[in-house]
Amino acid sequence: MELYPPTLPQHRRHLIAVTDLTRPDVERLLETAEGFESVMERDVKKVPTLRGRTVLNIFFESSTRTASSFELAAKRLSADTMSLKATGSSVDKGESLKDTILTLSAYDPDVIVIRHPQAGAPRLVTRYTEAHVVNAGDGKHQHPTQSLLDLYTIHRELGDIDGLHVAIVGDILHSRVARSNIQALRLMGAHVRLVGPPPLIPRGIEAMGVEVSHEIGAIADADVVYVLRMQRERMLEGENYVPSLREYAALWGVTPERVRPSQLVMHPGPMNRGIEIAPEVADAPNSKVVDQVRAGLVVRMAVLYDLLTEPAFTGGEAALRVVAGQEVA
Amino acid sequence: MTDRLFQRAAPRANLLVTGARLYDRASGLEGARLDVRIADGRIAEMGESLTANGEEIVDAGGLTMTPGLVDPHVHLRTPGEEDKEDIASGTRAAAAGGFVAILAMPNTDPVVDSAPVLTGLVERAREQAAVRTGFFAAITVRQEGRTLVEMGELAARGAAGFSDDGRPVESAGLLRRALQYSAVTGLKLSLHEEDLTLAAGGQMHEGAVSAELGLQGHPGIAESVMVARDLLIARHEGAPLHLCHISAAESVAEIRRAKELGVEVTAEVSPHHLCLTDEAVRSLDPSTTKMSPPLRSAADRAALIEALADGTLDCIATDHAPHRAQDKEVPFEAAPNGVIGLETAFPAVYTNLVAPGLVPLSTIVERMSAGPARAFGLAPPTLRVGEVADLALWNLGETWTVEPPYASRSRNAWCEGHVLQGRCTLTIAGGSVAHRLVEVAL
Repeated sequence: MELYPPTLPQHRRHLIAVTDLTRPDVERLLETAEGFESVMERDVKKVPTLRGRTVLNIFFESSTRTASSFELAAKRLSADTMSLKATGSSVDKGESLKDTILTLSAYDPDVIVIRHPQAGAPRLVTRYTEAHVVNAGDGKHQHPTQSLLDLYTIHRELGDIDGLHVAIVGDILHSRVARSNIQALRLMGAHVRLVGPPPLIPRGIEAMGVEVSHEIGAIADADVVYVLRMQRERMLEGENYVPSLREYAALWGVTPERVRPSQLVMHPGPMNRGIEIAPEVADAPNSKVVDQVRAGLVVRMAVLYDLLTEPAFTGGEAALRVVAGQEVA
Repeated sequence: MTDRLFQRAAPRANLLVTGARLYDRASGLEGARLDVRIADGRIAEMGESLTANGEEIVDAGGLTMTPGLVDPHVHLRTPGEEDKEDIASGTRAAAAGGFVAILAMPNTDPVVDSAPVLTGLVERAREQAAVRTGFFAAITVRQEGRTLVEMGELAARGAAGFSDDGRPVESAGLLRRALQYSAVTGLKLSLHEEDLTLAAGGQMHEGAVSAELGLQGHPGIAESVMVARDLLIARHEGAPLHLCHISAAESVAEIRRAKELGVEVTAEVSPHHLCLTDEAVRSLDPSTTKMSPPLRSAADRAALIEALADGTLDCIATDHAPHRAQDKEVPFEAAPNGVIGLETAFPAVYTNLVAPGLVPLSTIVERMSAGPARAFGLAPPTLRVGEVADLALWNLGETWTVEPPYASRSRNAWCEGHVLQGRCTLTIAGGSVAHRLVEVAL
């Protein structure tokens, strides 16, 4: 009975949210990423697949790993890349997002990768460009390529994701990674439990098909313990999400006593050692933090490749044979 | 009594409207088919098979006539932001939606907190307003919540009531003084109810959808805690008060209880809260879904509809809030609150509440006309011989798609793209034709 505004016609494929993907899409992307692993092992780590294509990285918010990962991914595929930061650009002079995108779209980019501090900015960008748009993180909303690289990491370590138990620990309220990962893990059939202080677990999140616990003991039976960054800005005076970082670390910190060596420990970075994660846990063999970063590169190559390769995929294997045959001399 | 509604001088209507079905509870009309003769701007005669005395005949066979609508909550953005809306465009939009009287909020630039600003508006309305237009003055100077405005003088210059809309009166002590002092004017306070510490900068209703979208939640209790507080103060003072744009089920419960206890409270609800829920925010389009208070849950919406039907909520108010396109073409969190809705209010409510059988047509007409008029001590538009013609004619069989151009200067319509049933074909406001969809041949 409710009437909604009609959705705008989408002529181009974008990756804005995990909900843009089906399970076969995810499986195809992970297989493609795996195919790129062999490229990474060569002396010349580059294929000509996207030669002549242009990838614009536009970051309205600071980022180390995501920005570098997208840039390197595009370069390894031989695309021309250009990376822009909001500071030192016309955005500083008050230019609107709409005008920034209209301006940069005059260069006919094939892909625009955007990170923005506000939810919905990447979707807005699709209105003003003919490029494929990839969301590299928007506000507290979504970070779909992080989810893909996390799925990739889990899959490589544990095999089939279906039926696994994953505990996500910490500040769920302010985390786009948590939201994307909940959807991605549920899509692939994993069970998800959120663990953290009550004010940092959003009311109503159970509707996403997760369990909620406020006890750190609830991570004990998980196959994967996914630790979120405890952001210092949440500790500003008057916020009162938790009384102190010290108390947070005591009650919800992931310490050696709270995890077993058989559990995978993951973290999207950057870590606050000694707060949400103990240094011994971060450096233990079952910590996959560095593997996640490496996975980010091949997964983002796979995303760019998937969006730009036409006609549409017939399946991962056929596509990979094409990639393998295009090695740069 | 001081005149509190102002309109431009316009030729008085002389029309014979034939064959419409009439709905007006106050006159006992529930769909009677009568001809209505309007002479020199007044309803001169109502009956079957009237013959023309030389006036134009409007063949209204198949159409519906109601008393003209009254909107107690409109932002005309004048003075100061006439690029968003001005008195001429805003009242044209009102007339296009079947409204014959509107009350404008004072959160303008400058704020309507002194006699010169109010007098300037009254003069402009006398030159430009297509429908009867009244103006709220602020409760506090610059709406800063510190110092009461000179209520006596503002009332004498024609203020229709007092409101700090857009902001709550945060101080309970100040609100108590405002309720006490405003009694000397006989005018009501219209309160925007929001506890800013509970709202905590919330971008949308706090619930499953905000949890998933990662937008800061604005819980229903941010409103209802303030509603409960102010009803207690009003009861203690024995003072009447009006509550703006109620959105939460808990607020409805508080109002219902206060009315049972004899508190003289009236309350309004907006069409978008009656027709949409927070699910609509999934579009992340601030032009159609971002306003204050936010779109709430399905349970809240059901409570609002029930309260509208049983009279706990006295009136429907659009909270028509124009914004520049460039201010709304931004990410959700960067956009200002507010949507426009004068031109679509009745069709949207008809489509979403009357057509599915949730609320009878005569109740909706009462809540959009006599209800809001009574809440602010205005004479209710009535379909009765001898009354000034304040009426609207509707084609309830017509379906249409909401799309620009609009009569409003802005285009942040919450129901843009919606297919609505029912359209206003003729509005006569204060005895003059204010809107006519198509010229009807003689």
